[in-house]
Amino acid sequence: MAEKIRVLVAKPGLDGHDRGAKVIAAAFRDAGFEVIYTGLHQTPEMIVDAAIQEDVDILSMSVLSGAHMTIFPRVLALLKERGADEIHVIGGGIIPREDAARLREMGVGGIFGPGTPTSEAIEYIRTWMASRRGAPAAE
Amino acid sequence: MPARDTGEIGNPGTTEADVARQEAARLAEGLERRERRAIARAISHVEDETAVGRELLDRIFVRAGTARRIGVTGPPGAGKSTLVHALATLLRQRGERVGVLAIDPTSPFTGGAILGDRVRMPSASGDEGLFVRSMASRGSLGGVSATTHEAADVLDAAGFDWILIETVGVGQSELEVVELADTVLLVLVPESGDAVQTMKAGIMEIADVFVVNKYDREGGDRLVRDISVTLELTGWTRQGWVPPICPATATSGEGVAKVLEETEAHERWLTGDERRRERMRLEKMGRRLRALLDRALVRRVWEQARLEERLAEALPRIAARELSPYRWIASLRLE
Repeated sequence: MAEKIRVLVAKPGLDGHDRGAKVIAAAFRDAGFEVIYTGLHQTPEMIVDAAIQEDVDILSMSVLSGAHMTIFPRVLALLKERGADEIHVIGGGIIPREDAARLREMGVGGIFGPGTPTSEAIEYIRTWMASRRGAPAAE
Repeated sequence: MPARDTGEIGNPGTTEADVARQEAARLAEGLERRERRAIARAISHVEDETAVGRELLDRIFVRAGTARRIGVTGPPGAGKSTLVHALATLLRQRGERVGVLAIDPTSPFTGGAILGDRVRMPSASGDEGLFVRSMASRGSLGGVSATTHEAADVLDAAGFDWILIETVGVGQSELEVVELADTVLLVLVPESGDAVQTMKAGIMEIADVFVVNKYDREGGDRLVRDISVTLELTGWTRQGWVPPICPATATSGEGVAKVLEETEAHERWLTGDERRRERMRLEKMGRRLRALLDRALVRRVWEQARLEERLAEALPRIAARELSPYRWIASLRLE
């Protein structure tokens, strides 16, 4: 059986808008991914916990509150701490360009701002998975 | 990253089979040490039906079988996730380790799925005694996925005392959970009152414990009455077990302790009679063996007879009705 692409769609922090996250979750499902949706107000600890238990390939977070420079690094650090840093972190929401560049340096993958067509994120995930699965088994 | 699905158990000599065996051994050790990362990877292998997964299941089979497996089923919106969360919380307070498998439907059109049960199951972060895993049904129509049984074995081998299996929202015929659970909780809500009338067969028969959830709503009493009348009419006492009816409000936790109590009473009843227990165990394992054989045969035949390829060849002519599917299948000489 073909391995499914599993994606966690998480909504960290205090902002109460998960419409964007729900839209992206539906788009990912329609692309044939298995999407684990966590709901609102997740702490980095809860998100990493869920990502590990669900054994996802991709961890996607949408941050609108401006807290992205604390949340993304914290999630990356927790993944590393738990030996799960091959889970690929991507993001969306309102993230200024210079912050996005810094997050990429830290190891965040694709960052998709408001108005990005969902197809772009889907294409990004497919390409990334293909390159990873094509590589010799790292584990 | 799971190894590609290339080998079979007992197919030695190839390096890929060796790699699969090593990875399975590593994961089996991880399960024994109860490492969450290993548990999660193991379930993925089992779910994707990889060579590592098969090797691993073979290794852990003798070790699994001690956990209590509880199926939680019912129509969509009945509060299954909330009840599972409430039960898990209660069991964690008693210090018992709980694994949860929550199944949601896969879209038959895209193969994708949204698995949203975690929203109603806020896993206490950092609690090593609780493990929640969402599974997509992946084309299986029985209310669980084809590999849920095996995923439960993984949790079992990882030392969880209880495994709570939440099915997709069911109607009347998604009854497979009965094969993987020792005790089945059927969750209904006052709104399902009228539905009970039509549910006399099938779904009503698989309940070991009825949970009338959202009991505080109007119609709760009537539903309890309807169920008990239906039970009396059908004379349904499964080999001497009369399914209790538990009113509950899972969101507040009210009545959940009673649900757990009745679940444990059912288990005591199950294990109380050695002969009945043995007979039921044989029956269940017999059905599971048949299902496993079916899957293994289907996989083997499709691969060995290169059916995917030949189907693609023949499809245009069959779709144009130039060739009948029956003649084509006979020409494959599968027997």
